[in-house]
Amino acid sequence: MSAPSRGTYSGGFAWAMARDLRLAWRHPDEIILTLAFFALVASLFPLGIGAEPQLLARIGPGVIWVGALLAAFLALPGIFATDFIDGSLEQMTLSPHPPLGWAAGKIAAHWIISGLPLTLMSPLIGLQYGLTGDTLLVEALSLALGTPILSLLGGACAALALGARGGGMLLALLALPLFVPVLIFGAGAAEAQATGLAPTPHLSLLAAALIAALVGVPAAVVAAVRISVD
Amino acid sequence: MTEGRAALEVRDIACRRGPALLFSKLDFDVFPGELLCVRGPNGCGKTTLLRCVTGLTRPDAGRITWLGQSVPEDPARFRGDIAYGGHLPGLKDDLTTEENLEFSLRLRDVAVDRDAIARALAAVGLEKRRRLPARRLSAGQRRRIGLARLALDPALLWILDEPLTALDDAGQAHFVELLDRHLARGGLALVATHHNLLPPSGKVRELRIAG
Amino acid sequence: MNWFYFSSPSTFYGLAGRLAPWLFALAAVTAAWGLYLGLLVAPTDAQQGEVYRVIFIHVPTAWMSMFLYFVMACYCGLTLVFNTRLSAMMARAIAPTGALFTAVALWTGSFWGKPTWGTYWVWDARLTSELVLLFLYFGFIALSNAFEDPRRGDRAAALLAIIGVVNLPIIYFSVQWWNTLHQGSSVSFKGTSMHVTMLTGMLVMSFSAWFYAAGAALVRVRSIILERERRAHWVRELKEG
Repeated sequence: MSAPSRGTYSGGFAWAMARDLRLAWRHPDEIILTLAFFALVASLFPLGIGAEPQLLARIGPGVIWVGALLAAFLALPGIFATDFIDGSLEQMTLSPHPPLGWAAGKIAAHWIISGLPLTLMSPLIGLQYGLTGDTLLVEALSLALGTPILSLLGGACAALALGARGGGMLLALLALPLFVPVLIFGAGAAEAQATGLAPTPHLSLLAAALIAALVGVPAAVVAAVRISVD
Repeated sequence: MTEGRAALEVRDIACRRGPALLFSKLDFDVFPGELLCVRGPNGCGKTTLLRCVTGLTRPDAGRITWLGQSVPEDPARFRGDIAYGGHLPGLKDDLTTEENLEFSLRLRDVAVDRDAIARALAAVGLEKRRRLPARRLSAGQRRRIGLARLALDPALLWILDEPLTALDDAGQAHFVELLDRHLARGGLALVATHHNLLPPSGKVRELRIAG
Repeated sequence: MNWFYFSSPSTFYGLAGRLAPWLFALAAVTAAWGLYLGLLVAPTDAQQGEVYRVIFIHVPTAWMSMFLYFVMACYCGLTLVFNTRLSAMMARAIAPTGALFTAVALWTGSFWGKPTWGTYWVWDARLTSELVLLFLYFGFIALSNAFEDPRRGDRAAALLAIIGVVNLPIIYFSVQWWNTLHQGSSVSFKGTSMHVTMLTGMLVMSFSAWFYAAGAALVRVRSIILERERRAHWVRELKEG
């Protein structure tokens, strides 16, 4: 009798990445919808508040962050919902691969199909708001550091809300308060740059928060998944 | 493996769902080469019992020992040894038959080449549907992907919940054949079913849960 | 003494019933004393005038909002680690009182803010993080009731509460970490910047809030126990007896 497989962290990570990215590739419309939502929300503000260039340049960094945050939030249920419904999540939980591996892989894949495209698109939206070169760069940088935190925290909340009554509203109540600090520092970085201050303190805080989230949150995601498949 | 010692020992297991007690003080053993059929009326807790044994559901009391070692001490090792088939097929609609099988085996950390996958799919009659997305398959054909998975997975303990659902006569016969081969190799099976499973070479016992 | 004796819901039900009236009585007595000190004895503040007296409600409720969240998170930790039933029920019982105190702290704060800062609300770190705390309480309550199986709700909400603990140090240290409009703590371990009757009044009011919170949680946990254990023999006997 051969010894059973114990799996590996990297095996589970690679499995989840490969599978979720292939699934996303089969349905690129979901990424496009996320981006379209981002662009749409960002366009509503000039229409609602007024389109004076000075005002737009002033609110731009914050509005772009809020838009990206909402778009990332709307993409959250996609991390676990279908896997929960079709039983894949049970099979993952019973896999010999350590759960931290595949959970991290799923979140990384989710970031690649939501946070990363949003980050890459942000300079385009920033141009609409009349932001200048350096501010665009800092905005994108802060999104690159911040959106992975959103995917991590949001992933934990999405896993907790699996099978719950109240769906999207409940998820909003769970996830959005946890997103607040990320929004403050993320938008703060771009805003500091736009007003001529140094963005580095905000960016360092974001980076520190990202490291802390990378260390702590995957374990919470695993615990949440275990609770939800019970 | 020492003779006479059960590979899977379940002692004093109890589970409640909400305020209702499903079962309590349940003891059973499964020996190598043996099939244990879990029977009982609908809603008596067969599915919950199987899920408790896999570790998906946390039982309210009880000990589970696998190959002489308590499962909570080394759950990863136990997970490596079991193949679970629940009510939900665990297939992705947007992946092809072949991809579904490949990904579910990779998740079990089973390395198989494409030829083996093609042969296993041919054996369950899905060779012409290898490249079809799973959403285009019927319920029975989806079940057959599960059969192909069982055929390729070297797991020692099968834990299956109503494995014959949606399978036609040929599919059911194929399942019994697979089960027989598994038991003949010294494998174990814990199966909740309303059907009479009669694998020719294996030993079959029954566990009844009162409603 | 066997500490696990009272961790069974049936024995705790009786204990909670006996303790709760005493806690409420103590809460009433300390509240009367604290309000007497705060409203009648304590001197008028040199800078802020009479309006400062809001602190006798504001500070105790703000302290309790954080303290209760911490206690709730501890019970949640017990729930997840030991799978104990009573700890989950206690966490559920504490949450509404915690949310109430958080809301009162925000509300009294804004009434104080209008005459003092000239605005009901500012988006500074202390206020924002306290508002986040309110939403964490709401999220906890909503998630714990969002499932058919109450124990699933217990465990999911417990994990949420533990994730949210990160917010507590942010609230507490926000006035030090950021240069905010909200003033720094009036009370610290190195000594205080306030009149001794003011301090006594505030501490007495804090004890009152604590007694009330404990009493309210015990009353609430009794009804949760009854609801959860309605099929148990001892509850049926209670009904018949």
